[in-house]
Amino acid sequence: MALAVVIFALVIGSVIFHFASPWWFTDIISNWQSIDTTILITFWVTGTVFVVINAFMAYCVYKFRHRSGQKAAYEPENHKLEGWLSAITTVGVVLMLAPGLFVWADFVQPPENATEFEVLGQQWQWNFRYPGADGKLGTADTEFVSEENPFGVNPEDPNGQDDVIVNAPEMHLPVGKPVKALLRSNDVLHNYTIAQLRVKMDLVPGLTSYLWFEPEVTGRYDILCEELCGVGHFIMRGAIVIDTQDDYDAWVASQPTFAQTQQAAEPDLAAGQASYAVCAACHGVNGEGNQALNSPKLAGLQDWYVERQLNHFKQGIRGGEGDVNGAAMIGMANMLVDDNAVRNMAAYVSTFPDIPATPTIVEGNIENGFDIYDRNCAACHLDSGSGTWYTDAPKLAGMSDWYFVTQISNFRAGIRGLHSADPYGEQMVSMATAMSGLNEIRDVAAYLGTLR
Amino acid sequence: MAYVPLADQDNEADLHHPHSWVTKYVWSQDHKVIAIQYGGTAILVGIAALMLSLLMRMQLGFPETFDLIDPNAYYQSVTMHGMIMVVYMLTALLLGGFGNYMVPLMIGARDMVFPFLNMLSFWFYLASVLILMASFLVGGGPTGAGWTLYPPQATLAGTPGHDMGIILMLMSLAVFVVAFTMGGLNYVTTILQNRARGMTLMRMPLTVWGIFVATVLGLFAFPALLVSVIMMTFDTLLGTSFFMPAIIESGTALDHNGGSPVLFQHLFWFFGHPEVYIVALPAFGLVSDVLSTHARKNIFGYRMMVWAIIAIGGLSFIVWAHHMYVSGMNPYFGFFFATTTLIIAVPTALKVYNWVLTLWEGDIRLNAPMYFAIGFIFTFIHGGLTGLFLGNVVIDLPLSDTYFVVAHFHMVMGVSPVLVIFASLYHWYPKMSGRMYHEGLAKLHFWITFLGTYAIYLPMHYLGFLGVPRRYYALGQTDFIPESAQDLNAGITIAALIVGSAQILFFINILWSLRNGKKAESNPWGAASLEWQTPDTPPIHGNWGKELPTVYRWAYDYSVPGAKEDFIPQNMADADVEMESKSD
Repeated sequence: MALAVVIFALVIGSVIFHFASPWWFTDIISNWQSIDTTILITFWVTGTVFVVINAFMAYCVYKFRHRSGQKAAYEPENHKLEGWLSAITTVGVVLMLAPGLFVWADFVQPPENATEFEVLGQQWQWNFRYPGADGKLGTADTEFVSEENPFGVNPEDPNGQDDVIVNAPEMHLPVGKPVKALLRSNDVLHNYTIAQLRVKMDLVPGLTSYLWFEPEVTGRYDILCEELCGVGHFIMRGAIVIDTQDDYDAWVASQPTFAQTQQAAEPDLAAGQASYAVCAACHGVNGEGNQALNSPKLAGLQDWYVERQLNHFKQGIRGGEGDVNGAAMIGMANMLVDDNAVRNMAAYVSTFPDIPATPTIVEGNIENGFDIYDRNCAACHLDSGSGTWYTDAPKLAGMSDWYFVTQISNFRAGIRGLHSADPYGEQMVSMATAMSGLNEIRDVAAYLGTLR
Repeated sequence: MAYVPLADQDNEADLHHPHSWVTKYVWSQDHKVIAIQYGGTAILVGIAALMLSLLMRMQLGFPETFDLIDPNAYYQSVTMHGMIMVVYMLTALLLGGFGNYMVPLMIGARDMVFPFLNMLSFWFYLASVLILMASFLVGGGPTGAGWTLYPPQATLAGTPGHDMGIILMLMSLAVFVVAFTMGGLNYVTTILQNRARGMTLMRMPLTVWGIFVATVLGLFAFPALLVSVIMMTFDTLLGTSFFMPAIIESGTALDHNGGSPVLFQHLFWFFGHPEVYIVALPAFGLVSDVLSTHARKNIFGYRMMVWAIIAIGGLSFIVWAHHMYVSGMNPYFGFFFATTTLIIAVPTALKVYNWVLTLWEGDIRLNAPMYFAIGFIFTFIHGGLTGLFLGNVVIDLPLSDTYFVVAHFHMVMGVSPVLVIFASLYHWYPKMSGRMYHEGLAKLHFWITFLGTYAIYLPMHYLGFLGVPRRYYALGQTDFIPESAQDLNAGITIAALIVGSAQILFFINILWSLRNGKKAESNPWGAASLEWQTPDTPPIHGNWGKELPTVYRWAYDYSVPGAKEDFIPQNMADADVEMESKSD
């Protein structure tokens, strides 16, 4: 009896939950309304079946529950009834499947006028490439991948020279134009998902997959990776900006072509050295750092990392509220007048002899530090702590351990890394939770002190 | 000399009864002891996997509060929970446990045809479990590649347990396949060769049909897993490139070239999809028998049920790529696989109709096993219907890899089979132990489990509609998922903790009842199938005493018009059936 009532209540409750729930698909911004329609058809068919069968079952449980003197019927089969049920079910299935197949036929055939762009996934970063003026993407292969050519664009391919390279996790598209995304991966499976577009597809190393859509509303939307790609899967985020045609054209024009990335002029070390004179007061002549002045060691840092951080200070992306020492760096960094000055400085810093800093944190639990580092940090910063351009990870081994503690604490407190223009910092905000508090941060710092 | 059927030739003296405690309970060749060894081990690893899921839920529900696990441990928990539950718990419990216990008893055999092989099957299974558990102890811990173990990720530095963990997982799976094959060949041969006289195929209980077809599926599907495991091991240890294209690991190019990660997915799901039915079909069979017995009514449409089991089994081999709609395989495959997938809904729906129609005009005894069985119908309808979303290829585009998928497969492959397992354990407990379980405690266990799991998984579908991706250690910030999703997650976690801890009721019940339960009669439910007609309860070695039973009817002669009792055992001849007196 109770069971019949409860099943009936669950049916009613589920229907109410569905209609009262504020949780539903986010608004669609692409041409794929037909997908939403197919979902609604399926919802009505399956919803009806759910209510009817369960209500009937609840009725049976109520009506035919055991009472004294009752005897069950004996009816092994009923061909007519079974035939009807098969037929009705088949109709229901066709009703759901047919529209789905029509929409899929549309999805697998991008329109002739769709322009192409490329999405490149790698652990745990998004990169994008556009065909440039000739409308053709150059060929690419992992054998050409290097720090200077992260896409692995074939340097011999003339089609690739004018390709627009976006080595950052934000892409743009013009509104109202059909586009075909070509999806590639350099390492493992990833998945290109934009919830508002209703599309997703895996990126598979060794082949190129595709999907197409036509964005209909301008705005900035998240790109998520939805295929497990390692320990950093959940921090692999990107953004897609749907622009008006004019904004889009301006944005594309501001991005470097492949040829430009390959022909960048050598940095001017002498100019960098001249600019560094100011820095030397705190960071030391050879970038050895000075804890008394809250100045971390710089020697050993990769040039791309120094360059990015200086730019972040210049643009106020770092050094915001709560970060007093970072705030001091904003003024300093702004003494570097332009991008070239920043590049020169970074290049000069990378020439310093790298003598490991003396550990200052000795009370940490090295074993626990190793455990945490090995499990969560080494995937990007490598076992040796040397970091790599591939995962955008700076060097940690032999650097100032006290500075490591402050920065991880800042990530954990949301002081660093939450600025919308700092996607790399945001990754660290998420990963820093691997250390539960100051003690564990110190444990990792102590372990890093053993890596030389 | 007159012809004596092979099945009748054996005699009690030749049965090689065990002589010592060790041969009776440890190196046992009795299918019932092996069943309990299999089932007990499966339940133990299942508890471990349940704990892992609770750890994950704590992280997801209250990310900043508990801080029990880091990202690495989260992915390890996801992986081990999934693999243990699907392979080492459900498959082992339903086939190794129930398969072993039920098959000989239900078909009227003394044991499996190869008892020694049967024993070996268990010990190989135990070895595979120990190898798997060893991965918790090695450096780097167990693999965190996800239960699907997709390469190249599974063996690269960015994945937890990429050194020893994954190797142990692959080894363990290989040993498991060996164990399964030994058990599986045994079940198939026993069912085909060792049925009691009169037990035609179309008189077998649906439990045996479910186990039979599931085992055949397993014998075809597990080799696909075995080869993919071997190939991945070669890729990892010998540097071959079956699944490895030219790729980069942490900035360094690897030596591999030309392999295909998608090939692995095809092999994996060629195993993985039938695996769903390897778990589901025995559950379908068991629940049919529980429903029929407690409804005091024959299972409706028996022949249709048998053919549906066979059709589902056959179709399950041509739907596998519906797990791969967004895998980057040729998208034109989507047409074929969406069609076959939705076709499989027809025989599955017919089974549901027939279960419900079995209740129609029944005399329903609402005992605890019946509660669980009816609960199963509800959850299975729910899980089956959401499968129609994911099977329809375009709907999979927004929903694939979200919590909708997680909710769907837990509803259909987690909650539903587990409800059947509890229904069956309570239902057959009197036969297995000779004691009755505690009815009130069992019903309390039902209510918390049934309502609790629905409270977990109904809202979880809505996380999927929102677009919350699965396999995320933390959601962080997105522009399309509202804050309230976190409230939903917290609620789900609370429900999960309640359901998880309520399972203790089950263990208290069966352990307490073992000593203190009411003595069970040999056939307390008045069931018609053969396993309830054994001369001893619990059945002793050899099952049938001096003489094997002879079968005169199907397993569902309940409430036969004119008969005095509301059931007629399968081994009762027409002449022996007591009829109602004319004066009634």
